[in-house]
Amino acid sequence: MSILVQNLRRTFGTFQALRGINLEIGHHQLVALLGPSGSGKTTFLRMLGGLDFPDPGNGRIIIDDEDVTEQPAADRKTGFVFQHYALFNHLTVYENVAFGLEVRPKATRPSKNAICDRVLELLRLVQLEGLEQRLPSELSGGQRQRVALARALAIDPKVLLLDEPFGALDAKVRKDLRRWLRSFHQEIGVTTVFVTHDQQEALELADMVVVMNQGQIEQVGPPQEIYDHPATPFVYEFLGDVNKVRKPGRPDLFYVRPHEIQIVFAGDCSADFHARIEHLFAAGPSARLTLRLLDSRETIDADMTRQQLDEMGLSEGDEVGLKLSASPPSAPPAASL
Amino acid sequence: MKTPSRSVQDPLWAQTLLIGAAVSFLGLFLLVPLASIFVEAFRKGIAVYFSALTEDNARAAIVLTLTVAAIAVPFNALFGVAASWAIAKFQFKGKSLLLALIDLPFAVSPVVSGLVYVLLFGAKGVFGPWLKAHDIHIIFAVPGMVLATIFVTFPFVARELIPLMQAQGSDEEYAALSLGASGWQTFRRVTLPNIKWALFYGIILCNARAMGEFGAVSVVSGHIRGETNTLPLHVEVLYNEYNFAAAFACASMLSLLGLLTLCLKTLIEWRAGLRRHNH
Repeated sequence: MSILVQNLRRTFGTFQALRGINLEIGHHQLVALLGPSGSGKTTFLRMLGGLDFPDPGNGRIIIDDEDVTEQPAADRKTGFVFQHYALFNHLTVYENVAFGLEVRPKATRPSKNAICDRVLELLRLVQLEGLEQRLPSELSGGQRQRVALARALAIDPKVLLLDEPFGALDAKVRKDLRRWLRSFHQEIGVTTVFVTHDQQEALELADMVVVMNQGQIEQVGPPQEIYDHPATPFVYEFLGDVNKVRKPGRPDLFYVRPHEIQIVFAGDCSADFHARIEHLFAAGPSARLTLRLLDSRETIDADMTRQQLDEMGLSEGDEVGLKLSASPPSAPPAASL
Repeated sequence: MKTPSRSVQDPLWAQTLLIGAAVSFLGLFLLVPLASIFVEAFRKGIAVYFSALTEDNARAAIVLTLTVAAIAVPFNALFGVAASWAIAKFQFKGKSLLLALIDLPFAVSPVVSGLVYVLLFGAKGVFGPWLKAHDIHIIFAVPGMVLATIFVTFPFVARELIPLMQAQGSDEEYAALSLGASGWQTFRRVTLPNIKWALFYGIILCNARAMGEFGAVSVVSGHIRGETNTLPLHVEVLYNEYNFAAAFACASMLSLLGLLTLCLKTLIEWRAGLRRHNH
C-alpha cells in the first residue's frame, strides 16, 4: 500500500516538531526514518498511525488514495509497534495477539475458531509457537518484540509502523532480529516504515532511507545512494565515519571518509597533509589509525590495510604523510564555516 | 538481598533498644487503646453489647452510615478514575490547579468543609431561601451528610491512581486504539486491569473514611437521633449520656471496620507486590 505525505507540520507550543514534510512511499517498501533524537521522526511515525495529528490545515496524509489525515487510529488500520512494545501485561500472548480481532464490532468480528486459527498462524509466522499461554513478563525482549509484531499484524494492517524496533534489545539479539525482520518483510510484503537513530541499521535493512533533521527531511533515497552521495553536510556527518578536513591555505571544509585517505611515508612529497599516529588498532584485514594533523592539530581517522601497515612498519607516535584521493568517490560537499 | 557485613550493623544493644522502643510506643499508643475499646464494650456482658447494637437508634445509625458510604464511595471512585485519567494521560491548561483542588479536602479541617455546606445550603445560606421555597432539605438531612462526606473523601481514589497512571504512561492505550478498540473498550480491557489494585485500595481507604468521618458530618447533621446520626455521631451522643457500654459497643463496630480495612489493605499490597515482582 502506498503512502503520500504532503506538507506535514506539527507544533508543540513554540517547538516546531515537523516543518513541512513531503514524502512518497511505494508499495511493499521497507522504509527507514533515520535521524537524531528530536529530529521529528517519531512524531512523523505517530502521525502516520493516527496517534498524533498535524496542525489544523497543515498537511495531508494519503494512504492508498484515501485521505486519512483526520482519521483516528482506530479506523486507520495501521499496525503500530511501540518502542517498548506496549504489550498488555495482564493478558497472555494469545490474548494480546487476538486483541485487535476481539474488539471488532459483532458484525465484522471473526468467529472464535477463526480468531484462534489466525492467532496461531501469526505466532507461527513470528516463530513463537507454544508460547500462547505465557504472560509478556515471562518472555525475553526479542520475544516480546515479535509478540508486538504479531499483534499489529492481526488486524491485516495496510502499513506496518515500527518505532525504534530494536532500541531496547542488546547487541546480539538486535543483529539477529534485524536479519529476521528483513526476510520477514519480504515474506509478508506489507509496506513498512520504521524509525531508527542507528545509521547502520537503516542502511542495512531498508529499501529506502529518509534522513530527518530538525523536523525536516534532509535526503530520501536508497541506502547506497545516501551513503555514496550525501546531499547535505548533515547527512554526511550523521551517516558517520567521516572526517572534516580543511585543505592548507583554503577556507573550505571537506568531508572525507577514513578509507579515502591514503597513508604514505612522511618524506613523500606528494602528501597533502602530515600527521602523527596517536592510536593504531588492527582488526582482521584492516587497521584503523587515529591521526593528529601537524598543522591544524585536528584529529582524524584513517583506514589502511593490515598488509600495508605491516609493510610500512608503522607504530604509534610515528609521523606519516596523508594523501586525499584526487577525486574521492563521495565528492565532498563544501560547508562554509 | 545481601545482608550488610557485621561491621556496618548496629550493635545488639542498640537494635534491642530501638526495636523495644518502637514496640512499646506502638503498644502504648495504638494497641492498648484499641484493646480497651473491646474491653469496655464487653464489660457488661455480651447481651448488653448486642442489645446496644440492635437498639433502634443504633440500627438507624448503622443503616445511615452504610447509606452515606454507599453513595459517596461510588461517586468518588468514578470521579477519582476520571480525574486521574485526565491528569495522567492528557496535557491541558489548569492541570496543576486541578491537582491542587483534589488535595483541598486534605488541606482544610473537616469542620470547615461542613460549614461551607451550611453556608451554601443552610436556612440563611446562599441557596437557603430557594431550597426552602421548593421544600428541599439538604442541611440537617441526609443529602447534606452525603455532600459533606463526598467532599471529605474526594482525594482518596484520585491520589492512589494518579502516580500509578502517570508511571504507566499511555502506550498500552495507544496500542489498543491502533488495534481498532473504541475508547470504552480501551478503558475496560486495558486501563482498568492495569489500575484495578490501586483502585480497590483507594476505594477501601475512601470507604473507611466515609464511614468514620465525624467533623464535617457533625456540622451538617443536626444530630437528630434515629434520623441523621451516623455511627460516629451516635457514639458521641451515647458517650455524652454516660452510656459507656453502648458507646464502646458502637465504637467497636467502627474499630472492626478499621481492622478489616487494614487486612484488605495488606492483602492488596501483598497481591500488588506479587504482581510487580512477576513483571
